[in-house]
Amino acid sequence: MNTIRSMVLVSSDAMSMDAGAQEVFTRLQNEIHSFNLEKEVSVSMVSDIGRHDSVPMVIVYPEATLYGPVRPDDVHFLVEEHLYKGRIAAGLQAPVKELTGKIAWLSSRKGTLPAEQRIVLERAGVIDPTSLDDYILHDGYQALGTVLTSMSAQDVIAVLEKSGLRGRGGAGFPTGTKWKFVSRTAGPKKYVVCNADESEPGTFKDRLILEGDPHSLIEAMTIAAYTVGADEGYIYIRGEYVLAQERLKTAIAQAKEMGFLGKGIFGTNFNFDLHIHAGAGAYICGEETALIESIEGKRGEPRARPPYPTTNGLWDRPTLVNNVETLANVPPIIRNGADWFRSFGTPSSPGTKVYTILGNVNVTGLVEVPMGITLREVISIYAKGMKNGGTFKLAQTGGSSGSIIPSTLQDTPMDFDSFNKTGVSLGSGALLICNEETCVVDLAKVLVNFFVNEGCGKCNPCRIGGNRSLNILTNISEGVGTLDDLNTLIELSENLYQLSNCGLGQTAGVPQRDILKYFRSEVEAHIQLKVCPAGVCAMSGQRVY
Amino acid sequence: MPVETKETQAAVQAVKMAIEKYGPNREELIPILNHINQDIGYLPQESLDEISVLLKVPKSQLISVASFYQMLSTKKRGKHVIKFCESAPCHVVGGREIIQTLKNELNLVTCGTTSDEKWTLEMTSCLGVCAVGPVFMVDDDIYGNVTTEQVPQILSRYS
Repeated sequence: MNTIRSMVLVSSDAMSMDAGAQEVFTRLQNEIHSFNLEKEVSVSMVSDIGRHDSVPMVIVYPEATLYGPVRPDDVHFLVEEHLYKGRIAAGLQAPVKELTGKIAWLSSRKGTLPAEQRIVLERAGVIDPTSLDDYILHDGYQALGTVLTSMSAQDVIAVLEKSGLRGRGGAGFPTGTKWKFVSRTAGPKKYVVCNADESEPGTFKDRLILEGDPHSLIEAMTIAAYTVGADEGYIYIRGEYVLAQERLKTAIAQAKEMGFLGKGIFGTNFNFDLHIHAGAGAYICGEETALIESIEGKRGEPRARPPYPTTNGLWDRPTLVNNVETLANVPPIIRNGADWFRSFGTPSSPGTKVYTILGNVNVTGLVEVPMGITLREVISIYAKGMKNGGTFKLAQTGGSSGSIIPSTLQDTPMDFDSFNKTGVSLGSGALLICNEETCVVDLAKVLVNFFVNEGCGKCNPCRIGGNRSLNILTNISEGVGTLDDLNTLIELSENLYQLSNCGLGQTAGVPQRDILKYFRSEVEAHIQLKVCPAGVCAMSGQRVY
Repeated sequence: MPVETKETQAAVQAVKMAIEKYGPNREELIPILNHINQDIGYLPQESLDEISVLLKVPKSQLISVASFYQMLSTKKRGKHVIKFCESAPCHVVGGREIIQTLKNELNLVTCGTTSDEKWTLEMTSCLGVCAVGPVFMVDDDIYGNVTTEQVPQILSRYS
């Protein structure tokens, strides 16, 4: 076996690929070959390295020197300087002060930056997502082996229940309990479905797992299938995630070839077959029953519940539906035990959460941190403060279906229960940070417009209520709203919540409710003073509806 | 019988290729429609007729599915399709100015296809690359961190 002295990683997430990562990778291979270094230096494509401001990025280990953005023409110089002569290629290094993600975690060992705690993204950006060997070298398929050879379904459920893992798709339902429901339902045929239809605006955590560590999802789904007694699974992935689909296809083919999928896995009599189903652009298909309808080839309209998918799901069979991030937590829990998992986060919400940080802050991107950290910490530590010295006004959490958090609540610990108590929703983990230049009426208008566009049109409260709300908000933003309108908005919001068929409709009224709860004076200024305090709304005085 | 034109032949041919790839099953309908949509740029009536026959599915059901999903189009679109993200994360970091610039550049008042059929402008929900907003896509290329000055430059890359 030959010893490698340096490892070169090239970022290959969607943005890097767009910026020419493939060309950089090819040039690196050629240059390393022409310097005769191929026995000493390995080069691989990995997924997202954790920064989006200077893609494509190249990291050289063991020094963990980060270069970016690297252009194909820079490669010769980089290889000659760093790998041949052994010094840093001057001028190509990425700016240090804005480090996030994996690099932040690595350099935290040197005491320069706060630590992230990576569990589900542990391998993303470190391994080559198209290499099964890489995955196996990093403990891959070890958990599946343990489960199939030495654990019963009850054992797996017991570990999950003890770990306290809760669904990371937004609702926070205990994962162990859900698995138990499906496993207890009798039936000759069951399905496992992974919800990778990540359409919540501002959320791209699942894309990182799918692009950077596809095998972890396959391993987790196989464990899930064994536990609940399913022999067929679907990954419902949104149509826009083309690179993630390709990576998954490659990974499934590799897993089949090595016997981690298919018949007689690990020499047992357990069979599991996995399919990918690509969506075609519909936010509502992230709702589990709409997702099931869509896999069946129909319009993605949510079903009436109950019965729940745990008893009547895909093709009316018992079906387990879990989010990508939830599933990605399973193999580490099996490997390290429930107590290890409970050592992160809070007692009621153990583990970590991947947050995507967006908006008017200095550093956007994603971090995986223990549950229970506060918004203030996220903004000051990971986002490096507000952009251009702005003031933090509000955060919109959990994508469109989440809540609006005013600056007064920024010290609330971010976990499921603390958030529930304050009446806000953690949702999918998107954190849209807004400064004082954001108008709440304008923001609510954008959010409600989203629900109007994405609603399926099946049930009246959502279809009519959404449109009514949007019309009223538009009128207010044009300076022709009345105080009576505000009561109507509250009423609509309550009707939406109580009467809608699915989660989309139920949360469609949240933006207007939240802005009236926390920013009523600003909304009233639009009506009584005919002024938009943030100077965003048109205030034309023309009635639109 | 409608006249057999080049377009009709292409529409039918695309269906045959898609069904060959995915099999003539009702549950493969969305992948089949997706395939044709990518092939031709939209879903022509002739294609839907052909699917209806081959999959033994009423055309009403086909249209109900085809009109539901955002990535599928039942109308003919321009040579290049621009998808602009109108969700909140892009909106608060300058999306408002970008969409106005796009509309000005393309001479469009609302979304739709330009008169020379070169461009179609569509508003879309999140594209999943929120860290680099404002974002829009031209065909399969994603452009992030877009400024108003860059818009004409980006458009000029497409002939």
